[in-house]
Amino acid sequence: MPRSRGGRGGDVGFRVLLTVFGVAVIVLVAAIACVLIGAAMPSIRRFGPAFLWTSRWDPVHNVFGALPFVFGTVASSTLALLIAVPISLGVAVYLVEIAPAQMSVALSFVIELLAAIPSVILGLWGIFVLAPWVRAAVEPALAAVLGWLPLFSGPQYGIGLLAAGIILAIMIIPIVSSVSRDVLRAVPPEQREAMYALGATRWEVISRAVVPYGRVGIIGAVILGLGRALGETIAVTMVIGNRPQIPTSLFQPAYTIAAVLANEFSEATSDLYLSALIEMALVLFAVSLIVNALARWLVARVTSHTRVVR
Amino acid sequence: MIAPGSRAGARRRLTDRVMGWVCLAAILVAIAPLASLLGYVVVQGAPALNWAFFTHLPAPVGEPGGGMANAILGTLTLIGLASGVGVPVGILGGLFLAEAGDGRLGWWIRFTADVLNGLPSIVVGVFVYALVVVPMHRFSALAGGLALGVMMIPLVVRTTEEMVRLVPSSLREASLALGIRWWITSLRIVLRTATAGVITGIMLAVARIGGETAPLLFTAFNNQFWQAGLDQPISSLTVQLFTYSIAPYDDWHRQAWAAALVLMAITLLLNIAARAAGRQRFTVGR
Repeated sequence: MPRSRGGRGGDVGFRVLLTVFGVAVIVLVAAIACVLIGAAMPSIRRFGPAFLWTSRWDPVHNVFGALPFVFGTVASSTLALLIAVPISLGVAVYLVEIAPAQMSVALSFVIELLAAIPSVILGLWGIFVLAPWVRAAVEPALAAVLGWLPLFSGPQYGIGLLAAGIILAIMIIPIVSSVSRDVLRAVPPEQREAMYALGATRWEVISRAVVPYGRVGIIGAVILGLGRALGETIAVTMVIGNRPQIPTSLFQPAYTIAAVLANEFSEATSDLYLSALIEMALVLFAVSLIVNALARWLVARVTSHTRVVR
Repeated sequence: MIAPGSRAGARRRLTDRVMGWVCLAAILVAIAPLASLLGYVVVQGAPALNWAFFTHLPAPVGEPGGGMANAILGTLTLIGLASGVGVPVGILGGLFLAEAGDGRLGWWIRFTADVLNGLPSIVVGVFVYALVVVPMHRFSALAGGLALGVMMIPLVVRTTEEMVRLVPSSLREASLALGIRWWITSLRIVLRTATAGVITGIMLAVARIGGETAPLLFTAFNNQFWQAGLDQPISSLTVQLFTYSIAPYDDWHRQAWAAALVLMAITLLLNIAARAAGRQRFTVGR
């Protein structure tokens, strides 16, 4: 090959250099796993798997169970998905199927700006705008209509699981809607044309041809949103109330894994305490690894297929 | 299919119309928090913003006035340190993916970068804590910069790859045909052509890490005074904003809104500028 003339050494060296930096990304993730496992070992040895389903969190007596935090993380993320998924789907459908092209570009841009808002600013807004609104308007309304359910009963603080779910929903709407938008855009036009040819209305095309075709990718988008919600820290810490209990109502304060790390990590006094906190970070790492891998795989299955077609 | 004008047809058309409105409503619901947030940050933040905010140290509790000059400087320092880690690793990693990453190894690196990008930032903080803060026995600017740098890597890797892939292969071929070596072609022709796009990616990454709080809480920690060295705790706008907003003092709340306004302005400007530059590049590239 002509390019090798007089430059073999430089080319080989450069390729090795690039490969080293490429592989560095894999090494980094492996290092994170090793360091976390190593530092969490004392806690893993002491409490075993029961760490995840015991609920006594008592730093004074060196007894640590993560259940309230695991529960709070799962509950707030589930709530966030329940709020965010229908809205995100509506957004994606509107952007791809209904809005005129230029408006779609502008609206996409605005929604993506939402993703750029720093978490701490959303938290500040959450404390001073959202939580008072939830206390004054949302919780009384929910209690009036659904108050007979234990889920919507009890004192109304504003700060609590419900506020955390809403903040998380706001934070994941951009990612769920933009990935769903890409998935819907990847649906081949023939799918639509066939339905229109049969005399279907636009909504029938959307609900029976387009969305079902992109189903796998949309599930991927939702899982991606779940991954974000599970690990969100600061904004949730600011509005969830931070009480290590298992809430029975959406109005009650709760706690998440990420929030307890943010609050207690820099003041953990004993080695075991610190190790227990690091074990929770390890749990978060493992879960987000699995969730992200699954989501990427699902989304890639839909969008890469169409890239070949295009 | 049902004939036009029939009752079933009318119902179908009504459903179509209604669902169109429902989707529009979803957009409005998604944008409403953004509008409210921008409004509040401007209305609450602007009156609290003054010259002292940019030039003074924080005042002790109970004393009015004071500013966040140390936090602004701290954030800039942290961004500098983070870029020192994230930019070289990110660019060379991205160049690898674009130029030599079509094989199995490339697939795994791409996959790992995406996973790293989705990793909760607080986990990165815990990692750097165990790796740097524990052996050093103190919180430091270096630890904070490293945590943010790790977060920059996947973002810079992926944008660099995309931008380098946009460079027309004819450029590469022309250079190689002139007998210019591959590594020089890669760095001086290909990467240089993609510079605008790569910088766009770096700007987006900086905007993202500049707004991060969680990984700084126990790496850079905080500091109410001017920074004393890179091996010492350092203040940042986000941690200061976090501390001030959960404190019970009205005066601190006002400062928190001012900090939010400054941070938001920086973040949005970087985002808009990066996207504008990116779009321009893309259309020119076509």
